[in-house]
Amino acid sequence: MTGGMDDLFRENILDHYRNPRNRGALESPDITYEDANPLCGDQIRIEIQVQDDRIAQIRYSGHGCSISQAAASMLCERIEGRPLDEVKALGRQDVLDMIGIDLGPVRLKCALLALKTVKAGVYGMTQWPGDDEDDREGAGGR
Amino acid sequence: MTTRLERAGAADAAPGARPPFDPAAVRAQFPIFRTERPRPLAYLDSAATSQKPDAVIASMDRYYATCNANIHRGVYRIAEEATALYEDARQRVARFVNAASPREIVFTRNSTEAINLVAYAWGRANVKAGDALLLTEMEHHANLVPWQILAEEKGAQLRFIPVTPEGELDLSALPALLRDGRVKLAGVVHVSNVLGTVNPVTEIARAVHAAGGLLLVDASQSVPHLPVDVIGLAADFVAFTSHKMLGPTGIGALWGRRDLLEAMPPFLGGGEMIREVKLTRSKWNELPWKFEAGTMAIAEAVGFGAAVAYLEELGMEHVFAHDRALMREAMTRLSAIPGLRILGPGPEKRGGVVAFTLAGIHPHDIATALDAEGVCVRAGHHCAMPLHEKLGIPASARASFHCYSLPWELDALERGLARAREVFA
Repeated sequence: MTGGMDDLFRENILDHYRNPRNRGALESPDITYEDANPLCGDQIRIEIQVQDDRIAQIRYSGHGCSISQAAASMLCERIEGRPLDEVKALGRQDVLDMIGIDLGPVRLKCALLALKTVKAGVYGMTQWPGDDEDDREGAGGR
Repeated sequence: MTTRLERAGAADAAPGARPPFDPAAVRAQFPIFRTERPRPLAYLDSAATSQKPDAVIASMDRYYATCNANIHRGVYRIAEEATALYEDARQRVARFVNAASPREIVFTRNSTEAINLVAYAWGRANVKAGDALLLTEMEHHANLVPWQILAEEKGAQLRFIPVTPEGELDLSALPALLRDGRVKLAGVVHVSNVLGTVNPVTEIARAVHAAGGLLLVDASQSVPHLPVDVIGLAADFVAFTSHKMLGPTGIGALWGRRDLLEAMPPFLGGGEMIREVKLTRSKWNELPWKFEAGTMAIAEAVGFGAAVAYLEELGMEHVFAHDRALMREAMTRLSAIPGLRILGPGPEKRGGVVAFTLAGIHPHDIATALDAEGVCVRAGHHCAMPLHEKLGIPASARASFHCYSLPWELDALERGLARAREVFA
């Protein structure tokens, strides 16, 4: 079953959509990564500041449907301050648990865009400060 | 027997001769609308696929229950019956679009396959490096991608008739696009699945023919909704699909001018499309079976024929008038909503399709809000990404109608959009 309007009201998706956490940009991020879902135009950019192998600060920007943007907000709230290794281990079920509703295949892509973007950025981070763009591109976990 | 053609002809002369079109009575013949559910179904996505009347579903059940057998080969009675049903469906489809002969109707899986058939069989034999293919910026991916593949393979060029800000084809660009005489084929959508624009394909056909090219019309959104006469259109190929015209999925048709089809090599090789097979070479079957390799979708062809018969009974001029009345009403109501932008031209130039955006609300959220009111609309790029790019939007929401659509569904659409604005805007 796809998430209907009632689910959207009951859960905190609308709250995150209307009052996004961690939305914005960082002064001098260590990691920036941007990705989009061309099928529906959802777009997410993340900026991360790393300290002691932890995500010291994370901000996101972008546009798209409520689910794509709320998922980004929830994910940033959840992973700020967490070790990079923990972030790398996050999977689709973690995002679905955060969102708390069942999603059909189309909306699932919206929900997972933020995680996909964060992981691509963080995996790229393993090469940092060498900053090998090609390796980063290849490590997006698509 | 009075043929349907005669009845249709009589009705054309005097539209009053047919029983009046009663959309509520029509709707009652579609089982999906009789199915118990928490909310009545407001189905506004007929441009994606239409619902199916009892008559279509029953025709396929009857085929399976009474004469299921493979066609064209069996010498026993039910095989002959199955063959007769299959070929009768072809005749009905041929009459429905005014083809000169049923041999000009090739059954395919859908419009996409019909267009691919032309791109592969005609295109590979007739398009060479330096030639050009002319398309439009409002094509569905089905009428873009096959030509991209062909152009890439042959070193041919793709050209595009631009879309104006009003959502119409800019025909003033046509002379320059055709001037060098390199355009071998133009592929044009008859009715846009996003903008609803009814394109002047006959005018385009004249210009393309004068420049020495052929015209393929993607009629996926026109044959299901308005009277289409392939000879009157002056096209060379016309592609359409059963599932958008009250028939089953899995079957569509290509109409092609007989001389062109005769000259074309086959598309797919295999059983049925051959007259004679040696180990190293074969002779092709005659039209249209040359293009129908392997066991076809027999039950679906039977359902397709039943759908055409159903539409003929309704009268396509009535179906079109009904679609357009709902489209006009929808445009009036939607344009009163703040922040709502309707894509495409005014009602006088469009069929039963209304795509729109709502300021600050993503089409997915619109569709979710509408789903809560029991309203089915399409949200996304509707397989026309280049057109959306041209319009400067990633996606849109779309309401579309057919003969069973009723005004109360527009009430539900309005309620859902009001709710979406409360929640998301």
